[in-house]
Amino acid sequence: MTRSAIELKAEAKNLNFYYGPVHALKNINMPIERRKVTALIGPSGCGKTTFLRCFNRMHDLYPHNRYEGEIILYPDKINIISPEIDPIEIRMQISMVFQKPNPFPKSIYENVAYGLRVRGISRKGILDEAVEKSLRGAALWEEVKGRLNSLAVDLSGGQQQRLCIARALATGPRILLFDEPTSALDPTATSKIEELIIELKNEVTIIIVTHNMQQAARVSDYTAFMYLGEIIEFDKTDKIFTAPSNRLTEEYITGRFG
Amino acid sequence: MRIRERIIETGLFFSALSSVFITLGIVIILTYESFGFFKEVAIVEFFTGTTWMPLFAEPKFGILPLVSGTLLTTAIALVVALPLGLISAIYLSEYAPHRLREMIKPVLELLAAVPTVVYGYFALFFLTPFLQNFLPELSGFNAISPGIIMGIMIVPYVSSVSEDAMKAVPMYIREGSYAMGATKFQTAFKVVIPAAFSGIAAAFIMGISRAIGETMVVAIAAGMMPNFTFNPMEPVQTLTSYIVQVSLGDVPHGTIEYRTIFAAGMTLFLMTLFFNIIGFWLRKRIREAY
Ligand SMILES: Nc1ncnc2c1ncn2[C@@H]1O[C@H](COP(=O)(O)OP(=O)(O)OP(=O)(O)O)[C@@H](O)[C@H]1O
Ligand SMILES: [Mg+2]
Repeated sequence: MTRSAIELKAEAKNLNFYYGPVHALKNINMPIERRKVTALIGPSGCGKTTFLRCFNRMHDLYPHNRYEGEIILYPDKINIISPEIDPIEIRMQISMVFQKPNPFPKSIYENVAYGLRVRGISRKGILDEAVEKSLRGAALWEEVKGRLNSLAVDLSGGQQQRLCIARALATGPRILLFDEPTSALDPTATSKIEELIIELKNEVTIIIVTHNMQQAARVSDYTAFMYLGEIIEFDKTDKIFTAPSNRLTEEYITGRFG
Repeated sequence: MRIRERIIETGLFFSALSSVFITLGIVIILTYESFGFFKEVAIVEFFTGTTWMPLFAEPKFGILPLVSGTLLTTAIALVVALPLGLISAIYLSEYAPHRLREMIKPVLELLAAVPTVVYGYFALFFLTPFLQNFLPELSGFNAISPGIIMGIMIVPYVSSVSEDAMKAVPMYIREGSYAMGATKFQTAFKVVIPAAFSGIAAAFIMGISRAIGETMVVAIAAGMMPNFTFNPMEPVQTLTSYIVQVSLGDVPHGTIEYRTIFAAGMTLFLMTLFFNIIGFWLRKRIREAY
């Protein structure tokens, strides 16, 4: 892998994370390439979600959580996890899609407009445009354009998840985080979301946690294999799935453990 | 085993049924006695008359002064209780650190355990004289002082039911909001409150019902004066305090004066029922959406 050729969007440097006394992430060093999809894989409890949630400072919502080290965001070169940086500032630039679709108890329109409203934008013209653009971006526009004012919870699970993607896109994020976005969906809805992810990387850098090896192989450019809070192997996805250099990685992707 | 299950089930069924029967019994007696009342007093006169002097030689049976007294004190109580109750629920559910919440909650519940007669005398001997410093024309008995005290009295109910509703909103919904860059305040007001709406509406309706039904505070501090007014500075009488007044007096059974209790009780019942139906309708209409 030639480091010099890639354009970085973010980079974890000696990242450690603690849930109180639990040392959940251990000395993580890993680059995130701009406008590429990076997948995090590994057995349950290895720290994928924990790592992902460092990028938008979600851990700040709960007491006793502690970060150490750096996650540098490029090109500004700010340290995302520095205590001097306001987490809200970070979340304004880095959006997240959760494992379980979590639309707000509002209309489809208001769900997508939420991020802009939170930023104090209320001009109808701007909101209308952003809502349509984001819903198109999330491949949901055609299905909902006639009922933007109906409640989001009336959508199917797959539609709700695409709505959450639209909501995350509406603010024009620089990085989009996905935590097992298809684990609650059926195969059809899953392949729709996978297509969408591949499409979205033309505009935004993506990090995705997945349990599904085929999914990681299909959508990602880079894959990191984690185990017990450490990155065991990080490389181009092709390389990881065809010729992993670590024995643990090989055992995991061939389904011998995890 | 099966027989035991049957016995238990039957027992439970009858316990549940007993409350239905008691409610039915109350409604039947209320209706029956009111019926006797309305044989002698025209319904139209009762519901449109603005003078309530049932115990006079030439009695007048217009219920509106009692209704206005009830609505006035209730409205004052709600102006106090709804915002305070909601704000304290938001604070407890969204802001207060766990330890502080565990300390505040019992104190709030204690507020609900104070006997209402104490609140009544507090309104009469403390709040009214205090308010008279700023409002010299305030009469010794008035609607505003018991209204405010009643409001404070029901804050814990409104707060605790609203807080339960807000606590029941799952964390992942809040996380969705925070992840969009929302502040705590925005998350509480734009996401948590709408998500908990039906529970909060239920809390408000419960507060209204309690204020309408509250007796002691208004009986002590509002003046027992059936006064058709919406001026909070004047003495008033509510439906409930009229009922105690007559129940404590010595009107003979079976007389028209005696039956006014039931007519007033019926009116009270209908008012509370009305608000409960609104609450029910609100809950059905605005579905819990998570
Ligand atoms: N709030 C918490 N407090 C303490 N320990 C935690 C907390 N959340 C997670 N952990 C621990 O941190 C480790 C990593 O958890 P994490 O949720 O990141 O795993 P994961 O790789 O996402 O697993 P899964 O695939 O099951 O989602 C686990 O050992 C877990 O028990
Ligand atoms: Mg996880």
